[in-house]
Amino acid sequence: MSSIMDEVDLLRRVPLFSQIDTTKLKLLALASERLRYAPGQVVMRQGDTGDAAFVIINGEAEVVIQKGQEEQVVAHLGRNDIVGEIAILCDVPRTATIRAAGDLDVLKITKDRFVRLLSDFPAVSVGVMRVLADRLARTTQELYSAQAELAAKG
Amino acid sequence: MSDHPLIPDAMEPSLARYIWRHTKAQQVWILAIVLLSMPTYFLALDLPKRIVNGPIQGRGFETPDATQTFMTVNVPYTDIVLYDGVELTRLGALALLCGMFLALVCVNGLFKFYINTYKGRLGERMLRRLRYELVDRVLRFPIPQFRKMKASEVSTMVKDEVEPLGGFIGDAFVLPVFLGGQAITALGFIIVQNFWLGALAAGIVFVQAVFIPRLRRILIKLAKQRQLSARQLSGRVGEIVEGITAVRTNDTSNWERSELTSRLGKIFLIRYEYYQKKFFIKFINNFLAQFTPFLFYSIGGYLAIRGSLDIGQLVAVIAAYKDLPSPVKELIDWDQQRVDVQVKYSQVTEQFGVDNMVDAKLQMPETGKVEPLTGRIEVSNLSVMDDSGAKLIETANYSGAITERVAIVGGVNSGAETFIDVLARLVPTTGGSIQIGGRQLGYMPESVTGRRIGYAASDGFLPQSSLEDSITYPLRHAPLRPREDLTAEDEQRLELERGETKLSGNTMLEYSDDWIDYDAARVSNEEELTDYILKLLKFVELDNDVHDLGLLAIVDSQEFPELADSILEARRKMRDKLEESGMSAHVESFDPDRYNNEATIGENLFFGRPVGREFADAAAYNHPYANRILKETGLDAKLYAMGIEIASTMHELFADLSPDDPLFDQFSFFKPEEMANYHGALSRHSETVFDAAPGDIRAMFMKLPFSYSEPKHRFGLMTEELRKAIVDARHAFRDNYPEDLEGAIAFYDPDAYNNASSVEDNVIFGRIASGIAEAPERIRALVLETLAGMGLDDTIRRAGLYFDIGTGGKRLSQAQRQKIGLVRALLKHPDLMLMNRALGGLDPRTQKILVERILKDAAGSDGNPPYGLLWVVSQPQLAELFDRVLVFKDGSLVEDGKPDELKARGGHFAKILA
Repeated sequence: MSSIMDEVDLLRRVPLFSQIDTTKLKLLALASERLRYAPGQVVMRQGDTGDAAFVIINGEAEVVIQKGQEEQVVAHLGRNDIVGEIAILCDVPRTATIRAAGDLDVLKITKDRFVRLLSDFPAVSVGVMRVLADRLARTTQELYSAQAELAAKG
Repeated sequence: MSDHPLIPDAMEPSLARYIWRHTKAQQVWILAIVLLSMPTYFLALDLPKRIVNGPIQGRGFETPDATQTFMTVNVPYTDIVLYDGVELTRLGALALLCGMFLALVCVNGLFKFYINTYKGRLGERMLRRLRYELVDRVLRFPIPQFRKMKASEVSTMVKDEVEPLGGFIGDAFVLPVFLGGQAITALGFIIVQNFWLGALAAGIVFVQAVFIPRLRRILIKLAKQRQLSARQLSGRVGEIVEGITAVRTNDTSNWERSELTSRLGKIFLIRYEYYQKKFFIKFINNFLAQFTPFLFYSIGGYLAIRGSLDIGQLVAVIAAYKDLPSPVKELIDWDQQRVDVQVKYSQVTEQFGVDNMVDAKLQMPETGKVEPLTGRIEVSNLSVMDDSGAKLIETANYSGAITERVAIVGGVNSGAETFIDVLARLVPTTGGSIQIGGRQLGYMPESVTGRRIGYAASDGFLPQSSLEDSITYPLRHAPLRPREDLTAEDEQRLELERGETKLSGNTMLEYSDDWIDYDAARVSNEEELTDYILKLLKFVELDNDVHDLGLLAIVDSQEFPELADSILEARRKMRDKLEESGMSAHVESFDPDRYNNEATIGENLFFGRPVGREFADAAAYNHPYANRILKETGLDAKLYAMGIEIASTMHELFADLSPDDPLFDQFSFFKPEEMANYHGALSRHSETVFDAAPGDIRAMFMKLPFSYSEPKHRFGLMTEELRKAIVDARHAFRDNYPEDLEGAIAFYDPDAYNNASSVEDNVIFGRIASGIAEAPERIRALVLETLAGMGLDDTIRRAGLYFDIGTGGKRLSQAQRQKIGLVRALLKHPDLMLMNRALGGLDPRTQKILVERILKDAAGSDGNPPYGLLWVVSQPQLAELFDRVLVFKDGSLVEDGKPDELKARGGHFAKILA
């Protein structure tokens, strides 16, 4: 059984939380639930309302986009990645399904706790912004290349 | 039925007459006893004088061996001697007289004992009678009366305001005679000793008896005000409780506080004035009482010195006087009490003597069969006004077969609801007539209207009970079958109770009998009734809800043994299923020999669920028995050390947290405001070893680990050694468990049903592992699957019938309450159903489904005859499903016909539907 101190060590390795002092990390660890998912088990489902964000502690997860009957794995997430924060920040349904690829350990941070964290620690807010900005840049990049591809074909 | 007293409508205005009417014989008896006690009382007064004058002062014993004759008995007013008496010396006479004195004291005491007990019983009986009569009247009040009365005021009157009457009733006639007799005896005695001293005492008594009561009448007015204001206070408090949502949602709590303050202020002034007057009178009274001895000592002493009064006489006069003020004072107190209770009594009778009460005969218990209603409903020229004279219905006429299925359409205040309530006799008519099956509705006994007519409204009140008792309420009309499982002892006790009941003029209908009228539900026994209830629950779409309630229900296995057996079976099946599907790790079962990591230390130690207050969480560590076991097993020091660690971690984590942070509720071992306390204790004692720690510090820290569980808190405090120590302590706790705590904890036993756990927890019998994603959902699904697979769903629903619905049924949703209301109305197979927007709280789809089902049912099915419907529908569209529609508007019945015809006509109904 893991104790809070083990989880604090794990959390400290997550770049987003590296600035937070130990006590606050302990509190965060206490407030979050550590969960184990079996291979193939769904962590969150596209279209559901979001009530929590997840930090991956161990293992790997797939990001799956569903279009009608078809589904497409668009990305893989690994250790120290944070996922699910968009739905709780913007109150929009989950934009993708997250599924365990192999045994997966996550730390589940509830919406309320996550929002408190952001307001208490500007550094965390900036970190989250950086993650989001990164993702936006990547998506924009992908959009450009897709458009370029289309233009080349057309 | 002579066993069932009919309480007259009017209340006797005079308390004295009311008491006399019901207790004549007993009052005369007790009077006789009191008079019988007088001679011994007089003798007891006379003896001291004879002892002092005779043996002590030596009168009649002038020589050492002189003797006197005692106890000569002769026939009064003659010289015939029946017994010569005994010759006694001075010492012998002293012994005899003192012995007689002692005997008289005993006899007097026994008289007092008997009289007081008798009076107490008499008073309690009358109080019981009065309370019964008051509530009997409440049961017969005309319904509009309830709009003027506050529930809490009525209960205060029945409970508190008549209470002092009980104490007075026993004394109503006896006390004045008894005390008056005593006073006159004592006075007479003094007069016999010395006329002038007697006359003095009599004069002062006279002043007291005349002057004081006059002063006291001022108090009456204040007493009345005091009673009224106290009653209003309880009415207001009741209103605050009932209207608490409005207070909280409007920020009016301070208005309520201020209103309360002003009310309490007024009550204070009234009471203060009352006390001032009361103690002033007491002062005068005491002064007069002390004034008399002054006269005795001065004048009596003067007379004794002068030699015109012997000392024995003076001592006797003073001894007799010692007994005089108290009866006089008590007499005056009695008079005050009389006035006081008469005020209370008349205040109560004013409130309970209401006009137009339901005739007591209409509520006579009827154990026989009630014939069904047949024929037609004829309403002619019906008009209804409310208390203020506003017209609710103006000359409505209706005629139809009872079995017709009629929808009533109309908005609020259209008269539609009033029409239904008039037919249910909840609203009195102002004019016109209503006949059902050829009989005037107003004269039909409630045994007919209450059994043959079903009524359901949107806001039916459900008193607190189990779901089953709530549903079967309409079947309790009269005691039908005596209980069969009575022992000879029970019988004897019941017999005794019945005797008392009869003497108090209460109803002789036996509460403990079986009142359920199976015939009315067209079933023949309890088993069939439950089946019928389950059928009805399905009929109103409540079966799934009741299934859910069944899983949550805490059921005593003795009441429902089949459930316990099947649930134990389900527990085993569940375990197998978990194994099969590789989910064993999802549940950590309760194993008597293993520490359950998912449970708290407290639960692991007691290894059961607390039932009573003895081991409820916060106080558990403090229980002497628990304390003893902790001490003997040495666990106390370990828990104390652990408590210190918990407290310091808590302090580290939570010190800077705002007290309203939800983490406190979720994880804290103590309240935010206790933080400073623990901080202080930590800074002083974090190094103190257990043996050196003061008791309160020990308690503070020892209680913390009880709610600690490693997976939840993850402070990393559990060691293998500690787990073992706790399991050992668990065994010690169980093995030495004292008999007198039996039932305080329902211990976990893998082979037994746990009476304090819910049905679902009994199936799982363990804690769901934390840290496995979706484990609770999966386990829930598995529980449902297991139970369904075993065909136990109906059994679970039966368990759901044990669910406690809470005060006013508040643990059910409004929709559930309305459905229960419908089940109650249907259960008795009425000939006519009156529905007053009874399903308004349900979603439109369910409303439609239920209306369709009931319409079909009402047409006659399953061998049941058809019944009629008069239904104020919440959605006008639903009216189209009925055979006939009545449209009310502004208190008038404006349209009446088949739905299609009305639609085609293009009148009100067509407009409402459009």
